[in-house]
Amino acid sequence: MSLDPAGWDALRLSLLVGVVATLLALPLAIWVAWLLARRDFWGKSILNAAVHLPLVLPPVVTGYLLLIAFGRTGPAGIFLEQTFGLVLAFRWTGAVLAAIVMGFPLMVRAIRLAIEAVDPKIEAAARTLGAPPVAVFATITLPLILPGILAGGVMGFAKAIGEFGATITFVANIPGQTQTLPSAIYALLQVPGGENAAIALVLWACVLALGAVVLSEWLARRVAKRIAGT
Amino acid sequence: MSLKVAITHRFDGFDLDVGFEAGPGVTALFGRSGAGKTTIVNAIAGLLRPDAAQITLNDTVFNSAQTFLPAHRRRIGYVFQDARLFPHLTVAENLDYAGRFGARAKGRTHIVDLLGIGDLLVRRPATLSGGEKQRVALGRALLSDPALLLMDEPLAALDGPRKSDILPYLDRLKSDTGVPILYVSHAVDEVARLADHMVLLSDGRVTRSGPLFDVMADPAAVPLLGVREAGAVLQARVTDHGPDGLSTLQVAAGTLNLLGVQAPIGAQVRLRVLAQDVLLSLEMPQGLSAQNILPATITSIRTGDGPGAAIALDAGGEALLARVTGRAVASMGLEQGQSLFAIIKATSVAQDAISGGST
Repeated sequence: MSLDPAGWDALRLSLLVGVVATLLALPLAIWVAWLLARRDFWGKSILNAAVHLPLVLPPVVTGYLLLIAFGRTGPAGIFLEQTFGLVLAFRWTGAVLAAIVMGFPLMVRAIRLAIEAVDPKIEAAARTLGAPPVAVFATITLPLILPGILAGGVMGFAKAIGEFGATITFVANIPGQTQTLPSAIYALLQVPGGENAAIALVLWACVLALGAVVLSEWLARRVAKRIAGT
Repeated sequence: MSLKVAITHRFDGFDLDVGFEAGPGVTALFGRSGAGKTTIVNAIAGLLRPDAAQITLNDTVFNSAQTFLPAHRRRIGYVFQDARLFPHLTVAENLDYAGRFGARAKGRTHIVDLLGIGDLLVRRPATLSGGEKQRVALGRALLSDPALLLMDEPLAALDGPRKSDILPYLDRLKSDTGVPILYVSHAVDEVARLADHMVLLSDGRVTRSGPLFDVMADPAAVPLLGVREAGAVLQARVTDHGPDGLSTLQVAAGTLNLLGVQAPIGAQVRLRVLAQDVLLSLEMPQGLSAQNILPATITSIRTGDGPGAAIALDAGGEALLARVTGRAVASMGLEQGQSLFAIIKATSVAQDAISGGST
């Protein structure tokens, strides 16, 4: 399991991208999931389709679309660079964006299912007790969907760590800068004699993925127990 | 306290068009399932926005052509048929929930004692029985310091024994807290026991409304309540408990001897006397096994669509209702203003129809 410096860089970058992408995407995913679960509005099916698109598009296509939009000459890219001085293409920040886009549908799905499982009658009861809508969400809905948020977060995190197609298309495979775990494995497999180093990274990938699943299961069970109150 | 309600609402081909007022005390909203009861309380609570409505509580406009006050600003306590406790909070946290949003809960200890839920405070809703849940839900609604308490069939989800567990708490609530209550039910016995006023609802329309004793004794209400359920409610005072299990009660027109009265001597109780359990006799009956005979005068006769007739009686100033056959009316020559005797069988006054209500 010992890694060379380039391997450590890739591992560290993947973890960073995973954590940042998950933290950034979760609040938005909760909001979109709530919109889809509880609101009726014009364009709902369009939003739903847009959220799910990265799930069905070839990742390379998603990556290329990101490059067109967020590249240094793309409209969104120009805007971000001029307004915030933020450059995404061929930077680790771009890997975060790719991870967010690719993991978003997984998060929204898990959280939406959780919200739909919350009985609106319970929320109505809270309103009759004087709770304004935002407070109802914060004190009733949010605690009740915590297992779903955890599940969605872990899925998004695992997806972010493993994302390959969109990432390599959007930010390429620059060691130490944009080379994530899967990109590093791919690069090692392209050169003769790289298999051993690749195997070490593969093991790390397995450990991370399994660890995330086990942790989320454990957390979800604890939270579910607390909610059920048994 | 005065609640004024006028609602028109159309949904799923059902037409609701009602108007009524409710004063202090317990007002029962009575009707069969599908009569529109829950729609009305949801509109009053602000959980449903009716097509058109004028709803005011005292000086506060809840709903008019221009306004729709959101549910959380109406200060209404709502006890649902399914308790709707918050599953992730303990009983104590459920009770204190309204306090988080500025409700000045008065006397939490008092309410906890009143409902007998002191031992449940640290528990989670999932571990409570149906009756316990409903008591906690009641306490939670009361602790939101409501200007009005809505109760939507709070006992309907409970079985018989659980119901009898809760009814005494509702009796106490009524006399103790002074919060006006709108009580939705399709169970005549609950209504007869608790309510001061009654609004009868049928197919989305108000068909009768007024003081409970008047509505229950109204011959025209018989088809609305159901011929087997209809019957006047009498006020009685317990004067004696005999060694043979029979208790003596004083009503306006005389004394009644009844079985199974739990209330102590001196207590005021309500007696629900089913119309079908009242026999009529033109002369003072002799040699009859029934012991409860009250002199009465016929105030009106209503011949229904079926073979029966509902006879409204005045017994010492109290209204009584009897249901006899149309043939009996003809052969006895019954007519308005006639004096006769009403015979009530002791066993025919159902146990749970006897309550310690305070009115």
